[in-house]
Amino acid sequence: MAHMEPFSILLLTAILMPLLAGVLLLFGARFSGVLLKVLGIIGFGWPLIVGVLLFCQFDSSLIGDYNFELRLPTGLEQLGIYLHLGLNGISMPLFLLAGVVGFSAGWYALHSKAERLHLYLSLLLFMLSGLMGTFASIDIFFFYFFHEFALIPTFILIGVWGGVGRRSTAMEMTIYLTLGALLSLVGLIALYVKSGVESFSLIELRGYLASQPLEESVQGNIFALLLIGFGILVSLFPFHSWAPKGYATAPTGAAMLHAGVLKKFGLYGLLQIAVPLLPEGAMQWTPWIVWLALGNILIIGLITIAQRDLKMMFGYSSVMHMGYAFLGIATLTVVGVGGTLLLMVAHGLSISLLLMLSTCIYHRSQTFDMKSMGGLAAKTPVLAAFFIAGIFASIGLPGFGNFWGEFTIFVSLAKTEATRWAIIPAAIGIIISAVYGLRAVANIFYGAPHSRFEARLQDEAIVDIKGFERVSALVLIGALLIIGIFPRILSDNANLELMNISSYQSPTNLSATEKVSTSFAEVVEAKEEGLKK
Amino acid sequence: MNDLLVRSLSNFTGTNNWLAIMPEIMLAILALCLLGAEMVLPRERRRLIADTAIWGQVAILVFTLFWGDFYSSEAQYYFSDMIQQTDVTHLMRSFFLVSSILVCYLGKSYLKKHKLPQTEFFHLVIIIAAALMLLVQSSNFVMLFVALETVTVAFYVLVAYCRTNPLSLEAGLKYLILGAFSSSILLFGIVLLYGIAGNPEFAASTGNALSFTELTTFISLHPDNLLVRVGAVLVVAGLCFKIAAVPFQIWVPDVYQGAPTPVTAYLAVASKAAGFIVLLQLLKGPFSGLDSFLTPLLSMIAIATILFGSIAAVSQRNVKRMLGLSGIAHAGYLLIGVIAALKVSWAEYAVIFYFATYLLASFTIFGAIIQISDSDDSNLSLDDLENLARRRPFMSAAITVGLGSLAGIPPLGGFIGKLFIFIAAFQAGLYGLLGVALCGVVISIYYYFGLIRAMYFSQGKVSSEESKVKMGMADRLVFGTLVAAIVLVGLFPGVLPIVP
Repeated sequence: MAHMEPFSILLLTAILMPLLAGVLLLFGARFSGVLLKVLGIIGFGWPLIVGVLLFCQFDSSLIGDYNFELRLPTGLEQLGIYLHLGLNGISMPLFLLAGVVGFSAGWYALHSKAERLHLYLSLLLFMLSGLMGTFASIDIFFFYFFHEFALIPTFILIGVWGGVGRRSTAMEMTIYLTLGALLSLVGLIALYVKSGVESFSLIELRGYLASQPLEESVQGNIFALLLIGFGILVSLFPFHSWAPKGYATAPTGAAMLHAGVLKKFGLYGLLQIAVPLLPEGAMQWTPWIVWLALGNILIIGLITIAQRDLKMMFGYSSVMHMGYAFLGIATLTVVGVGGTLLLMVAHGLSISLLLMLSTCIYHRSQTFDMKSMGGLAAKTPVLAAFFIAGIFASIGLPGFGNFWGEFTIFVSLAKTEATRWAIIPAAIGIIISAVYGLRAVANIFYGAPHSRFEARLQDEAIVDIKGFERVSALVLIGALLIIGIFPRILSDNANLELMNISSYQSPTNLSATEKVSTSFAEVVEAKEEGLKK
Repeated sequence: MNDLLVRSLSNFTGTNNWLAIMPEIMLAILALCLLGAEMVLPRERRRLIADTAIWGQVAILVFTLFWGDFYSSEAQYYFSDMIQQTDVTHLMRSFFLVSSILVCYLGKSYLKKHKLPQTEFFHLVIIIAAALMLLVQSSNFVMLFVALETVTVAFYVLVAYCRTNPLSLEAGLKYLILGAFSSSILLFGIVLLYGIAGNPEFAASTGNALSFTELTTFISLHPDNLLVRVGAVLVVAGLCFKIAAVPFQIWVPDVYQGAPTPVTAYLAVASKAAGFIVLLQLLKGPFSGLDSFLTPLLSMIAIATILFGSIAAVSQRNVKRMLGLSGIAHAGYLLIGVIAALKVSWAEYAVIFYFATYLLASFTIFGAIIQISDSDDSNLSLDDLENLARRRPFMSAAITVGLGSLAGIPPLGGFIGKLFIFIAAFQAGLYGLLGVALCGVVISIYYYFGLIRAMYFSQGKVSSEESKVKMGMADRLVFGTLVAAIVLVGLFPGVLPIVP
């Protein structure tokens, strides 16, 4: 740990730098445009730089333990609470995800024409700071603390800068998500009190509970609390009703950060904390998770098809894709949970790309109603290409990260006796997302323009995607492609990490995994050939 | 007989330690000096009185804080067991001083705005502070009752201080009647306990049946005696009036609305805190034998208090009434802490920590209400707060931080306070209460957030002409300090010496 010292400090700065920039921007009413930009770029860019640096420095020989550990007192030592930071194979990809999406959303927000821009940026920076902290926390108290720290600005961002109906949406989202957060907090406190280990450190809890697991009924109760709490935060069916409206109303930057990264908090909590610490509780509840996840995929999927409003459609589609993530966790296997992790990262990138692009479309069409657009590709070919790339990623076509996530989840479903039946309903979901995704592309970019839209389409103001929009989009598409082409940069460490957790059933031997991965490759080739045709 | 008298007298004088109650004595002298100054000073110099009151108390606070050598960490008894000093009472002394300083500070601008006489106000506030200090230190029912009545009588005057305002007068009358009623209930309970514990027919009966230590022994021997139980319930009921727990909360909305805002804050923070500390000391002391009987009773009160406060506040559009009702819900959370303290020893400090964060948040909000309202703030409603953020950005931010802390949102101090209470409740196994508290917190988001929504999420057109109001340097400093303290306590709870 000692030789990692400078990198630990670097990890801390990834949280402090956006915070500091945010605080400065609070008082930025009279700052010049240049100063605003510089502060913004430092605040939004630094976490990305640190994320990439730490990703390169990540030492996989330390798997099972944490990289870049750092422990600072906060005055709550008596309760066993420390500001304990570090990254492992599970949190590293998400930390990096937060950096990438944070930069992209921040870059976009910097160039937006929001009223009182300095406050808007400041709140986004607070969000980003909380996000970096959430995934870097080993202490589960701070894990929760940072999440709330990121959540509160979201409400204000929606309430002040949101679109139509922001007052009621912000209120609804605040109450609903606070309920979810409180339930998960109670679950975490229960874990702390019941374990009797007098520490909130995940490492100590894990070590202690491995040797002295809690009673089965206690595990079941705590897991239920965490599942419902986290479930609300991840919009698990039927606790999802806040999400579509929230994303439709939220300003772009906030929606990107929330849908892309913050929402993954609940899943992260389940696979990093709840399942490893409460294996028997998880076993009791997996049948429920499978059913609810199928509710996400099928019921919400069908609702998604029915949407005419572009943003509402993405809101629902992000709820729908969470179903796959839950299915992966429900298998309780290394392959399935690894798939969930990949999907979390890829989905975070693709949904924030799509939310951003839908705002770009709105700026050109002045409407979110897909039925009243059409033929936009003729004027904005590059925007159309980006959008199609995002839709393909979201459907799960090979070449993008989402494919690997969903595919691995399907493999794990098939390999697990108890969940094998779920594979067919889950596969229908793929068709559903293809239907709404491709229809959106067709309605917006191709075909004859709607009669009212025709006149607008002739307007000189409609130009193709602008430079700053391209930067934001390319960062996200690039990351999606990297994971799509070479998923092992994320999955290798995650696999090793997950195999260390006894709750997750490992493949019987390594050659089996190799077999799976070769079969992956064959399938990919076959599919790509099919696509070429 | 003569011998006995001499012995008890010598015991009394032997345990007299005037140094131990130095802060209270100094406060009394300060209060008297203010009255004297009013007589001596010419009219145009009278504004010095407010500053004397504030800075005098600051000096006493500094004295109390740094005069630490005198105190030992073990409980000390003085004045023939009338007074008991523990580290809790030392903490509470500073707590009451800080709140009375803030009340005086808020009172200064409030009185000026309303053209009310100054001296009596500061005099009474300081007297209340001294009495509250003695109240939490009392170890004898006589001491307790006298201190409590000093506080209550002074509050009768303060609540009705706006003599020209009918709402204030109504509040004063309601507080007087219900306060007297609850005092008599408390007194009746004390008398019952005195009677039964002094009855020589019972084992361990005592001649000194008002002393907490003697009563502790007696009650633990006779926990099933009906009169003991009735007496204890009546005493608890009398205290429930002070802490505004259901079903003794009925006075809260009217009194909070009608009383001058600094007095409302004083009632909400200091008076309530004293009630809780006394309740804690009684439950851990004399009534410790009645644990199994009082815990279910208090649990029921806590549940009713949380639900009533939260639900009643939802539909309330008057800001001061809403804060009063939400304060009832807070009393419910604190009761959970008190119940937990019977099983988990550190929960006592969780309650005090909660109060410390509650003090910061409440004074921020009540102070801001005085600042933002033109003349009469009793009728300040949610509609008046619309778009406040445009007119008073600093004050809106302060109110938001205060409300966030009350709602228990990280990274603000109130969150840590709630966290401690929740952990303590968990350790004590109070799952049902915890569930109710969760419901209360979620409901509270609605009404606290409603205020923030009104201030920030501007509706319809925003007239940019609305001019910003300038604030004085001192106000900026005080409110800035309060807000910074709320955030600091949330980020680094160790700054308060109360962390359990």
